[in-house]
Amino acid sequence: MRAGVIRFPGTNRESDMAYALELATGRAPDMLWYTDRDIPQLDLLVLPGGFSYGDYLRAGAIAARAPIMRAVRDHAAQGRLVLGVCNGFQILTEAGLLPGALIRNASLTFVCRIQALKVATSKTPFTGGLAVGDVLKVPLAHHDGNYTADADLLASLEDNDQIVFQYCDIDGTVTVPANPNGSTSSIAGIVNERRNVLGLMPHPENRVDNAQGGTDGFRLFESIAHRVAA
Amino acid sequence: MSENTISITPELVADHGLKPDEYEKIVELIGREPTITELGIFSAMWNEHCSYKSSKKWLRTLPTEGPQVVQGPGENAGVVDIGDGMVVVFKMESHNHPSFIEPYQGAATGVGGILRDVFTMGARPIAALNALRFGEPEYEKTRHLVSGVVSGIGGYGNAFGVPTVGGEVEFHRRYNTNILVNAMAVGIARADEIFYAKASGVGNPVVYLGSKTGRDGVGGATMASAEFDDAIDEKRPTVQVGDPFAEKLLLEACLELMATDAVIAIQDMGAAGLTCSAVEMGAKGDLGIKLNLNAVPVREERMTGYEMMLSESQERMLMVLKPGREEIATAIFEKWGLDFAVIGETTDTLRFEVIKDGEVLADLPIKELGDEAPEYDRPWMTPEPLPPLEPLDPPADLNGVLLKLLGSPDLASRRWVYEQYDHYILGNTLVGPGGDAAVVRLSGTDKALAVSVDVTPRYCEADPLEGAKQAVAECFRNICAVGAKPLAATDNLNFGNPERPEIMGQFVRAIEGVGAACKALDMPIVSGNVSLYNETNGRGILPTPAIGGVGLLPSGKTHTTIAFKETGDAILVIGGATLGHLGQSSYLREILDREDGPPPPVDVEIERKAGDFVRREIGAGRVSACHDISDGGLGIALAEMAIAGNKGAICDLDFPDLSPFEALFGEDQARYVVTCAPSRVESLTRDADEQGLATTWLGTVGGEELTIGRSVAISVKELRGAHESWFPRYMKSA
Repeated sequence: MRAGVIRFPGTNRESDMAYALELATGRAPDMLWYTDRDIPQLDLLVLPGGFSYGDYLRAGAIAARAPIMRAVRDHAAQGRLVLGVCNGFQILTEAGLLPGALIRNASLTFVCRIQALKVATSKTPFTGGLAVGDVLKVPLAHHDGNYTADADLLASLEDNDQIVFQYCDIDGTVTVPANPNGSTSSIAGIVNERRNVLGLMPHPENRVDNAQGGTDGFRLFESIAHRVAA
Repeated sequence: MSENTISITPELVADHGLKPDEYEKIVELIGREPTITELGIFSAMWNEHCSYKSSKKWLRTLPTEGPQVVQGPGENAGVVDIGDGMVVVFKMESHNHPSFIEPYQGAATGVGGILRDVFTMGARPIAALNALRFGEPEYEKTRHLVSGVVSGIGGYGNAFGVPTVGGEVEFHRRYNTNILVNAMAVGIARADEIFYAKASGVGNPVVYLGSKTGRDGVGGATMASAEFDDAIDEKRPTVQVGDPFAEKLLLEACLELMATDAVIAIQDMGAAGLTCSAVEMGAKGDLGIKLNLNAVPVREERMTGYEMMLSESQERMLMVLKPGREEIATAIFEKWGLDFAVIGETTDTLRFEVIKDGEVLADLPIKELGDEAPEYDRPWMTPEPLPPLEPLDPPADLNGVLLKLLGSPDLASRRWVYEQYDHYILGNTLVGPGGDAAVVRLSGTDKALAVSVDVTPRYCEADPLEGAKQAVAECFRNICAVGAKPLAATDNLNFGNPERPEIMGQFVRAIEGVGAACKALDMPIVSGNVSLYNETNGRGILPTPAIGGVGLLPSGKTHTTIAFKETGDAILVIGGATLGHLGQSSYLREILDREDGPPPPVDVEIERKAGDFVRREIGAGRVSACHDISDGGLGIALAEMAIAGNKGAICDLDFPDLSPFEALFGEDQARYVVTCAPSRVESLTRDADEQGLATTWLGTVGGEELTIGRSVAISVKELRGAHESWFPRYMKSA
């Protein structure tokens, strides 16, 4: 699988993401720059975490209008995969590639902790190697991760099986106390209707080797790599 | 009207924090009355914060050398060899005064400043820590200050992209109106790619890089060199505003430029901004510097030369480039969208010349600006030692005491704090906050660094010499307790007004203690910062010499943590003797509401032996968990290990001369709790004995309850509840 990682000014988890991708695919990803207009044909484009443009204006709002986003749209329109993590997820919603919005955490504070995630669907090219109900424990670290959808959007996300990850307790039960940011329906990650664009707030790329405390995050990358190779 | 027409009155001199005799020295040095800009420059260079005029004499006595030391104090940060051509670059610095006035921005820019110190030397920051001290929880401003400082530290470090992996947070009424915010940054570089401030070559361009200059922070360093009084709200405009996004761009641009061989010298603009950075680069290189202020990028209109020279706007760098490399630099700065400008050149005149609109605003001898700064040998008196504590009556309910201590402001879990700091970014955090030292692996190698910040100010108040030794010893222990070899340290010396002999006495004795312990434990001081005048209306803070230590693990795989691991593991106390020392203990303070007696004495030889022993055992994989015994004594250490491992233990207290509360809550030094497979107890005990170390078998890991003798039996769940609840409850109860 050939992947590319996009750097915007203020992106800061690109090396974490590159490490995870190389571990899962055996190949270092292409590092892309936000002003790039022509990018190579890639299987997967990743928008990693960080504070693009300092989160000024709104998290992801300025990066969503960067020159490279045209190439991201073209890539997605061709049905190839796009993954946005944390700030990447925020950029994808700001760019309209994913529905809904990410607003300030309900606590109003930044939150960084190990979080359990329930796999809510395996019917995506990203999670095909995981089973519904699997629990992944991975770090999260964000200030604006409160995924917000109105009733109509939530209904359509549910009807179309677009909710991919939900915050849960360590037993896999989705509960209000286990939700770190107040998101609608404990949503941690969603796909678009076409199922080739995934956004999630937590950081699976920071749990990919045992020294990091576990490899639950690696399972997602392994699943993606396996699907693309197949 | 020209700035130069302003005449210098005694009031103006006093407003600049200069004493009349200091002003006379200036006139004598330059042979005329200074201009207002020159007066500002002198006030910036000669204040306590920049000149260390009260502390220099004593700082010289600290051990700063060793085979591992590449660069000691005097540069932006210390540099220490970690083998394989790599160095670790680190320093700690205070941002106390600004953080009290405006906690979010004060703390944020403190983090920004220390990160800049590290990457100015060519190192990529890989970890941040901090030591925070607030007033008593009941004080009306404390909650607001905690909230602002913590979110400011997180706001800056998280966006910049460095993991904040450890630190300290404590409360005491003596910090009510003088909180302490000490920030530490640690970076990694190749040994042959370190950059210094020393300029070279005549006629080379002096380049300004980064954010535009505004009026923020004008006079900040002078503020940090004075006591507070009731008019403190008037000082708010002197606090700078941080922009971590700009700093992240600055980091990437600087490291990219440094990789090209275009940079001769580089200096960040910290306290007293353009003045200090330009003078330092010139003076260190035996060169003059000529600045043209019309070229300085500014973000406010009609800024005077005086304001530009004293602005503390953040995220700015000054560098001297090799001639002919401007194009390379331009391409990199444009890529990162940063403002830059050639604002001057190096000269052979040894003068510091500042020109604006064709007019000379300052023309001063550059070496003397730093070298001739006043130096004081301030009078000091040795503090009176406190009498030993009278024997105490045992408490009726040890369960209640343990739970109360675990949930007390200084011993409760800091989760509420560190969950606001990104401690996973970069993917190298092997041990994060909440243990002894934090452990961060080095990408591309097997190695890892252990980092810790420590001091127990109430010990230092009772006995500055022993207290300061203890700060070093505890830092040493925390690093050994994860299996690392302590390499070197940075110190952040926070004290009151040095013009009072009793405060100066605390300072002198504390330096003596830091020096003695660092020498004995082979942890030279390679960088540091002094913060004096932490005083309001004549009442000083507790003396607080915070020590930030860095240690090396040859392999990140062999580190250990505090958590109980395997049911059936044996629990032992190893190291110095357990004597039940309760003077200045947490027990005394929290349970009996007293701060009496001398602090526990520190035997550096035993510390060294115990640390070496524990480290060797961890390295050999013979120990499954390790925790240093500090605040709150053995009882707190055991409870923390149980909570971290979610496993109980059954222990005895085999200390025949002590009553249970003395054994559990005494704060004798040089001790560790370790766990190991039961089959190893005998050899571990024998080996420790051969080293002259005491070993006491305590019990066995297992079950859902922590049971200690006949007096303590508490479920791990209840321990956790007590430990975790104080902080969030306190912060919510606004």
